[in-house]
Amino acid sequence: MLSKHGVFERNAWLLSIGILIVVSIGGLVQIAPLFYLKSTIEKVEGMRPYSPLELKGRDIYIREGCYLCHSQMIRSLRDEVERYGHYSLAAESMYDHPFQWGSKRTGPDLARVGGKYSSDWHAAHMINPRSVVPESIMPGYPWLAERKVDADDIVEVLKTQAAVGVPYTDEMIANAKTDLAAQSDPDSDGAEDVATRYPKAVVQNFDGNPEEVTELDAMIAYLQMLGTLVDFTKYDASGPNLR
Amino acid sequence: MAATKNSEEMSGLSDALAVIGAGLGALIGIYLAVFSADPVMKFHGALLGATAVLCALYVISSMAGKSTTERPFYHDGPIKFASVAAVFWGIAGFVVGAIIAWQLAFPALNFDLPWTSFGRLRPLHTSAVIFAFGGNALIATSFYVAQRTCQARLFGKWSPWFVVIGYNLFIVIAGTGYILGVTQSKEYAEPEWYADLWLTIVWVVYLIVFGGTLLKRKEPHIYVANWFYLSFILTVAMLHIVNNLAVPVSFTGTKSYALFSGVQDAMTQWWYGHNAVGFFLTAGFLGMMYYFIPKRAERPVYSYRLSIVHFWSLIFLYIWAGPHHLHYTALPDWAQTLGMTFSIILWMPSWGGMINGLMTLSGAWDKLRTDPVIRMMVVSVAFYGMSTFEGPLMSIKAVNSLSHYTDWTIGHVHSGALGWVGMISFGALYCLFPWLWNRRGLYSMRLVEWHFWISTIGILLYITAMWVSGILQGLMWRAYDELGFLKYSFVESVDAMHIPYIIRAGGGTLFVIGALMMAYNLWRTARGDEPVDAKNQPRVAAAPEIRATLAPAE
Amino acid sequence: MTYQTVAAFTQSLSLLIFVSLFIGVVIYAVWPGNQKAFDRASRLPLENDPEPGREPNMHRDTGGRT
Repeated sequence: MLSKHGVFERNAWLLSIGILIVVSIGGLVQIAPLFYLKSTIEKVEGMRPYSPLELKGRDIYIREGCYLCHSQMIRSLRDEVERYGHYSLAAESMYDHPFQWGSKRTGPDLARVGGKYSSDWHAAHMINPRSVVPESIMPGYPWLAERKVDADDIVEVLKTQAAVGVPYTDEMIANAKTDLAAQSDPDSDGAEDVATRYPKAVVQNFDGNPEEVTELDAMIAYLQMLGTLVDFTKYDASGPNLR
Repeated sequence: MAATKNSEEMSGLSDALAVIGAGLGALIGIYLAVFSADPVMKFHGALLGATAVLCALYVISSMAGKSTTERPFYHDGPIKFASVAAVFWGIAGFVVGAIIAWQLAFPALNFDLPWTSFGRLRPLHTSAVIFAFGGNALIATSFYVAQRTCQARLFGKWSPWFVVIGYNLFIVIAGTGYILGVTQSKEYAEPEWYADLWLTIVWVVYLIVFGGTLLKRKEPHIYVANWFYLSFILTVAMLHIVNNLAVPVSFTGTKSYALFSGVQDAMTQWWYGHNAVGFFLTAGFLGMMYYFIPKRAERPVYSYRLSIVHFWSLIFLYIWAGPHHLHYTALPDWAQTLGMTFSIILWMPSWGGMINGLMTLSGAWDKLRTDPVIRMMVVSVAFYGMSTFEGPLMSIKAVNSLSHYTDWTIGHVHSGALGWVGMISFGALYCLFPWLWNRRGLYSMRLVEWHFWISTIGILLYITAMWVSGILQGLMWRAYDELGFLKYSFVESVDAMHIPYIIRAGGGTLFVIGALMMAYNLWRTARGDEPVDAKNQPRVAAAPEIRATLAPAE
Repeated sequence: MTYQTVAAFTQSLSLLIFVSLFIGVVIYAVWPGNQKAFDRASRLPLENDPEPGREPNMHRDTGGRT
């Protein structure tokens, strides 16, 4: 009976089916429960979708490959919590399509970089990192300050985000274009609405250039909100996130 | 008579299908080139259109001029194409790797330009070495091995050509995309949705060609190398499709958003990422090892029983190991523990493969001294053994808390990539070129010797520099002073990396030089230059046809 | 479905599957009747390559050795 197992080595179809079954089990057991378990789908107070400008900044962060040198995942280890802040919760990246946890820290973790530096510092740092951190080995990104952010497709972008499950409301989608411009212009009419629709959004002229909304504005808007949404003075850690 | 007519009809049908397929590709390409608002999509559409038109013209011209020469039993044209492509992309990928290594030591080399900055070149490097160099080497050798061990011609007339050309078109679309800022940011799965769709089509045809060749084999038994190749093709298909599920913003634009988010996306990504290592860079290359080492050593594989046990254990265990990339993160603990456990057990089947590769040489160890090609492949297996010991070690949570996010991981990856994948592929290419181009042997065995030593020294410099910098980073990040404060700021750890980064870049540069020697050597071989040291080359270095005319080795 | 039930379930399931699969494979691999087939299969790469344009030589070849 057992010697009949040789069919695997003689039958290409059976071999293929055997391989497929064997390689499917691990993924099913490890991935499928994550869509149902409380600890991975719980909602935490404060989490909201990215504002249009932040989302554009995030797209630039992805485009320039920032994730290759900067993680956005503070592990539950003493030194990391002391260096970067409260360990990252699963809920904090629930609207990240795709996730930006990263795998390498050639530069520091950015999960809670929001509010740690001034926007002027960020602008100088992005244009020439060594002007503010002499030992830095980060590339300069001077072109971000020169390019206007591509706002034409922002409505489509928000609709696509909504399609993959980010709770953008019709109101958010309808106002996407004005919100995008208003977030980098505190004096504009729409500035207040941005902060209402996207609580805790930083409204500022991020790059110091009032003429236009640049890619640098978007990038800094994104960096300045990272890790600021959940209020850890109120967060109850006795939930499933406690390790 | 009837059979001939039948095969002529079949051949006509394949020609027609090939032309229709290419025409369809041309239409889609031209449509995107004309109507897309996205400049990168326009460029990639034009690329697809132009390639498809050229292919259609070639097929049509071949239909017009009926060839009268007798067709060789094996279909080796696509294999030659993929072998040359592997050498080309290998050099390109190694050069970009060396450039970004120098950038980390001297950031001015980023030139403050978008197209030359580290963040865009790094995916270019990883994709060029893994998918372009490794992928072409795997396609070439899998087609070669399947035909020889099944004693059957490749399945399909034009489909093997579609696989190699389509795959390399995917590489060009992905690579130019990264430089122009098109990426979905999932490591080793950076190409955007449209490139992913194209690769899916190519991959399905690859599976059909490979599986079809297995099905029409004359030999009752499917040789072990083919199991590994088959598991690589099937599993990569599954991983690729699931990890790249995304919704494009527009069907004529490059941008898309991943279907999954946060922790689910992270788990899916590293399930993919680790098994890109497990099935692309391990199972596929083990297939290569199981043919080329026995063939070159002219000895059967050490233990066929071991190969069966370690094949099934390896493919079963690997798929669980992904969560070790996410220790102490927001991924639930049970998943982390599962990932760690399976990663540690994985050590055993990995070493099963290593033992089988190394011990195939038992009783013929003298070949290590006389044949640098076999030495290259054996050292490759030794590197495989080392990195599959290091991997389980690094997957232990306590070790990982130190090693994760540091250069140690980079060093580990490169002992696998440069040592195992690189060296076994070099060995296979050194075998394949004289066999495919029907030569007496390689142009120069001495150059192989030089290539071997230069790249071995380069690899050792690379991985030792990364051990030093990785462990140093890990220790500095968690160091406390006597008052209980963190001792070092982050940038102090960056500063401490300068010397290791220079040594690493030097090691990488040596590896590039070695690969350039190989390219020169293989070019002279393919061109048909008389070997300068034919008497130092084993009989098996010659193409089968020539081998028969040579006196048997003493 | 709590964390504990899921953890217990996946752990026992994976253990069961792995161990039974492994035992099956090992028994198959060491089954004495299979030895001959394995020996033959392991020689597949060493067989003579065919001459161009001809069907491959189906004779078992020992690769020049005995």
